[in-house]
Amino acid sequence: MNKNEIIREAKTCVLLFALVCLLSLAFPFFVTFVAENTMPYQAHGSLIYINGTLVGSELIGQNFSSPGYFHSRPSAVDYNGSNSGGSNLGPTSAKLMEEVRQRVEKVRQENNLSANATVPADLVLASGSGLDPDISPASALLQVQRVAKVRGLSESKVKTLVEERIEGLQFGLFGQERVNVLKLNIALDELARGSKR
Amino acid sequence: MLQEFAYFALIAVTLILAFPFGWYLAKVFKGEPNLLTPLLRPIERRIYRVCGINENSEMTWKKYVATLVGFETLGVVFAFVILSLQGVLPLNPHGVSSFRWDWAVNSAISWVTNTNWIAYSGERDLSYLSQMLGVLVEDYVSPSVGFVAIVVLARSFSRKHCPTVGNFWVDFTRAILYVWIPLGLILVFPLISQGVVQNFDPYAVAHTLEGGVQLIPGGPAATVIIYQLICEDGANYFANAMAHPFENPTPFTNWFTMAYILFVPASIVVMIGKLAISRDTTKALFAVMLVLFILVMPLPFYAENQGNPLLEKLGVQGGVNMEGKEMRFSMFEHIMYIIVGMAPANGSTVSQHDSVMPLTILTIIFMIVIGAPIFGCIGEGPMALIHYFIVTMFIAGLMTGRTPELIGKKVELREIILAGASFLFSSFSSLMTTAIVIVSAAGMAALGNAGPHGLTEMLYAFTSASINNGSYMGGLNVNSYIINLMTPPCMILGRYSTLLVGIAIAGSMARKGHIPISAATLPVASPLFIMAVVFVVFVISALCFFPVATIGPILEHLLMASGRTF
Repeated sequence: MNKNEIIREAKTCVLLFALVCLLSLAFPFFVTFVAENTMPYQAHGSLIYINGTLVGSELIGQNFSSPGYFHSRPSAVDYNGSNSGGSNLGPTSAKLMEEVRQRVEKVRQENNLSANATVPADLVLASGSGLDPDISPASALLQVQRVAKVRGLSESKVKTLVEERIEGLQFGLFGQERVNVLKLNIALDELARGSKR
Repeated sequence: MLQEFAYFALIAVTLILAFPFGWYLAKVFKGEPNLLTPLLRPIERRIYRVCGINENSEMTWKKYVATLVGFETLGVVFAFVILSLQGVLPLNPHGVSSFRWDWAVNSAISWVTNTNWIAYSGERDLSYLSQMLGVLVEDYVSPSVGFVAIVVLARSFSRKHCPTVGNFWVDFTRAILYVWIPLGLILVFPLISQGVVQNFDPYAVAHTLEGGVQLIPGGPAATVIIYQLICEDGANYFANAMAHPFENPTPFTNWFTMAYILFVPASIVVMIGKLAISRDTTKALFAVMLVLFILVMPLPFYAENQGNPLLEKLGVQGGVNMEGKEMRFSMFEHIMYIIVGMAPANGSTVSQHDSVMPLTILTIIFMIVIGAPIFGCIGEGPMALIHYFIVTMFIAGLMTGRTPELIGKKVELREIILAGASFLFSSFSSLMTTAIVIVSAAGMAALGNAGPHGLTEMLYAFTSASINNGSYMGGLNVNSYIINLMTPPCMILGRYSTLLVGIAIAGSMARKGHIPISAATLPVASPLFIMAVVFVVFVISALCFFPVATIGPILEHLLMASGRTF
């Protein structure tokens, strides 16, 4: 290649790259515009408002630690929405085993279980994203007794509430049965408010 | 039962749909009229005029390589500048700061080499502008470069006594215009409809039921993720890839995005056959891919379904390994995503790979070390498989005393040396760097887990970097000087030892004449040849890694069964 040829190719290189950059700006703005007008709820993060206050997103889990709420799964990042992450501890990690031992004990204590009762895996093992919004139906039902007692509601009422909120398989095919903790707790608050009136 | 059926049915349907799309791709790269010609041809012409491209001129393989390398270098420099200045550039609503130099070098090179080694947390460390001009640009530019390389190699088999291999600019423009733009525009909306975010809002501040404050991330996520999936970059808009509820919100997206991952690589296999004018090549490539795909399946299913005996002892029901897994996906769906996400070097992860069972990790590392020929990274995957074909032809030729030939071309010393060298380079770069880093104090300090699991972390990291997979076990502290500076050479060596060797082989194949098929020709589509290729894949690549695998994942599996923790 002679010098002129190299300069010509370099020019092509820069121009084509500039076009690619323009495209990478135009494409997201175009898609955002279309999504904004067709699916605004999903595009903005499936946000849940109560009386005009943003309480969270349907898809992002929250930390619940008080006994009057159903608890979410353990999270390695404490449900920090701007810094998702898992524990990254391996299957032979002593640290993981110690954490799980403590969590199992805590779950047994809080929910009045016997000292050798087994607990559902999702309730004592942290999720991959640290933001898992769901727990298994078994984990939710296990907490019914505690929640009902603290809230002063009848156990059967709270149990029905949980059972109503068990999401089945999507399209009857995909995923597994689960309960969205935030939505369950919002419903629980409503139930408690209703019974006070 | 129905769920399992739905997953395998989707894979089958994707592979079937790959045929018409592969034929379309062949037409595009031959420059023949196709479905989108009336719409896109005027735009294509205008681009050539603006950029000063003469679409009728062709390049020799050396010029093609030089142009490709120049273009990639510009990409690295541009990405480096964007990252180093993102703190002061616009579209930065959550106020991130600029990257430290070693971090920026690592990220820029990882994007351009299609490794997408994510040494950062997308929602914490990148501005919306960096996501678009850094991540998104290279998300489809780097696979386009891989794409044109495989086009050149395939096309060279149909040429006779031809000194040139094609025009880089023309091939590249067509890859973006006719492949990525239409696919992206169609496939992005199903993602958004399920809940993948797409906005330019600042992070929303939520007041949780318990009175806490939670930031809800946002950004143009769907448009980035779509290309990370179909271009085999590995979805990573958010730190935790496909585990993040905004990236893989429902079980439906988990199922459907498998098709996104497999579709283009499978279509490329069909395209290769059309461009090389050899239907047998497509048959042989598909056969080898499917055999390997089936071979890697059982072990992860066995390992994950068995559960962790250590957890069972602590009172966890069934010892189910839910650590690093999401509740909305079943165990089967997690395992399928491990296999489908890793086999083509996509690197999209749902399960956290640091927390999966040791034998699952063994399978994952196996899929990476063989060069990801199972459908494969755009360009590099099928190219690695063609290199395997050449080596197999050579070995078969030695055993039977025939002159090796592939797709009507004589395979000679030059091609065999080049193909063999490409494997040696990537094995060398992954094993040597693992060995060097693991004995250094800084390397040991970067580990997130102790015992054999720690060694596995390091081996996984450098293997993934060398084969341009880009996933790693999250416990490893990747934003440390030693990892930031040791991985880019692996990424560069891994990518260009495959791509440039492929183009060099294309150069010599295009110059050769055709030899007629005779009784002495070993047909590539024969079961004998296909089994021989699978055998060579095991012997050349897997055996290199077996010694280190025995003191990594295999040892961990045995110790786990005996109750040891670290």
